[in-house]
Amino acid sequence: MAINAQEVKHVAGLAKLEFTDKQLDMFTGQMDEIIKMVQQLSEVDTTGVPVTTHVTDAVNVMREDVAAKGMDRDLLMKNVPESQDGYIKVPAIIDESEEG
Amino acid sequence: MVDYFEHDLTSLHAGLNNKDFSAEELVKETFTNIEKKDSKIEAFLALDEKKAIAKAQELDQKGIPTDSLLAGIPIGIKDNIVTKDLRTTAASKILGNFSPIYNATVMDKLNQADMITVGKMNMDEFAMGGSTETSAFKITKNAWNQTKVPGGSSGGSAAAVASGQIIAALGSDTGGSIRQPAAYNGIVGVKPTYGRVSRYGLIAFASSLDQIGPLTRTVKDNALVLNAISGYDKHDFTSSRQQVPDFTQGLDGNVKGMKIALPKEYFGEGVSEDVKAAIKKAVTTFESLGATVEEVSLPHSKYGVPVYYIIASSEASSNLQRFDGIRYGYRAQDVKNLEDVYVRSRSEGFGDEVKRRIMLGTFSLSAGTYDAFFKKAAQVRTLICQDFANVFADYDLIIGPTAPTTAFGIGEDIDDPVTMYMNDILTIPVNLAGLPGMSLPAGFSNGLPIGLQLIAPQFAESTLYKAGYAFEQATDFHKAVPTIGGKD
Repeated sequence: MAINAQEVKHVAGLAKLEFTDKQLDMFTGQMDEIIKMVQQLSEVDTTGVPVTTHVTDAVNVMREDVAAKGMDRDLLMKNVPESQDGYIKVPAIIDESEEG
Repeated sequence: MVDYFEHDLTSLHAGLNNKDFSAEELVKETFTNIEKKDSKIEAFLALDEKKAIAKAQELDQKGIPTDSLLAGIPIGIKDNIVTKDLRTTAASKILGNFSPIYNATVMDKLNQADMITVGKMNMDEFAMGGSTETSAFKITKNAWNQTKVPGGSSGGSAAAVASGQIIAALGSDTGGSIRQPAAYNGIVGVKPTYGRVSRYGLIAFASSLDQIGPLTRTVKDNALVLNAISGYDKHDFTSSRQQVPDFTQGLDGNVKGMKIALPKEYFGEGVSEDVKAAIKKAVTTFESLGATVEEVSLPHSKYGVPVYYIIASSEASSNLQRFDGIRYGYRAQDVKNLEDVYVRSRSEGFGDEVKRRIMLGTFSLSAGTYDAFFKKAAQVRTLICQDFANVFADYDLIIGPTAPTTAFGIGEDIDDPVTMYMNDILTIPVNLAGLPGMSLPAGFSNGLPIGLQLIAPQFAESTLYKAGYAFEQATDFHKAVPTIGGKD
């Protein structure tokens, strides 16, 4: 096994995902196969080979530090699932049960 | 009735210009045709009929200038390209009700060219997939055989063009998502050089690989659309300041002296005999046109798939963090606390393939695995780029198949991710190296189209179009028309 259910559960936690037991089974099996497939890279000798993280010759682009008008606030709120008085509404950050 | 199978963009422009038909007539007939055909193909996720007709009327009133080659002509847009006030979902439940408040740069450019958006095209969820089956909303069918997949992820775009519902569409290509569906549907699809087209407003999947490009029935139509959408954009710092040539220049059928490379790895295990035979015939066609074709080696090709799935998934896991149920998109109901909003919204909103990629990406980037996975993949990516550089030192163009087989059956591979991923083996290296690639029709097997892939050095799209046009003019494959969902 390249990965077990416990590890899959841990990665899911990092990715803010949760699985039912049945899903965990399925994802563990598939992740195991996928990881085995990608592990064939270990046979390539990459000693001293630099990494490629992008394929553009672009360099940092600077601009004058001048204030510019942003997007309209009402427009930005258009797709917000829940709002109140112009603010985005979310449930309590601290769970009641965690208090005290 | 304007039949798209009897037209290209140039003849549609002439028709509008000579007033053989008005833009309003063209747009209305397009919607009538979509209503008739799309019940069989299911390529559209949304239609924008009212606005499209209003725009056509406005254009008719103002008159279409002779130099506005694309004005008044309908186009379809892949649903991961944001369109102001027109629902954009990336075929995901998590964006099911998302109404963009701005236009992608390519949309602004198409609007400047006075093209008319008729609707949004189905795709694999967040462009993750090669069959359009991971869409949360519908299963699009191949234009040539409705029991087969249209390919993906730009399956809706490809099937709609191939079935004659629209003359052109935009797609996006991260590992083959324009070229493979173009191959499966017998049309022309181009993934431009990384940076040629602005990604501003393209819902990000893998930011170092994603690129928007056109799907059309002919090579020249494709060049005309790429002309309209290319160029530097201050909203995308990875867009290139390179000069954009007129891609229709050099479409003269002349490839005499062109040096073409044929990688032996592109005829390896997994590539079916019918596909090999069609590509070998294409080689003969190019030779008869005066090009030289020689076998070369891209030794690291076989590592393209593992490199891609690590890099693309890692970038995706980072990009898709933004879908948290707070500012837009799906939010789970009956949640107790903020953590629950994140976890439940994402778990209920994303489909299985997207979850697999997020998981693989998160795993590849986590402490303890980063060096063996992400860093290793980024190093092998360098070797893949060097393979191409070595070949392009001596050759103008690389040719090979676009996909190892013709379109597979709906439901056939969907539960087997590794088999599905291997289908991308011939298209992926092009994205990893940021090169431009084209797929164009090169034959049929059992009534299903076969795609020929052309690959050029960075910013040499003109070479693709020149060679593609010469091949197209020397062959009849692009003239074939599907019967179901096609002519009746």
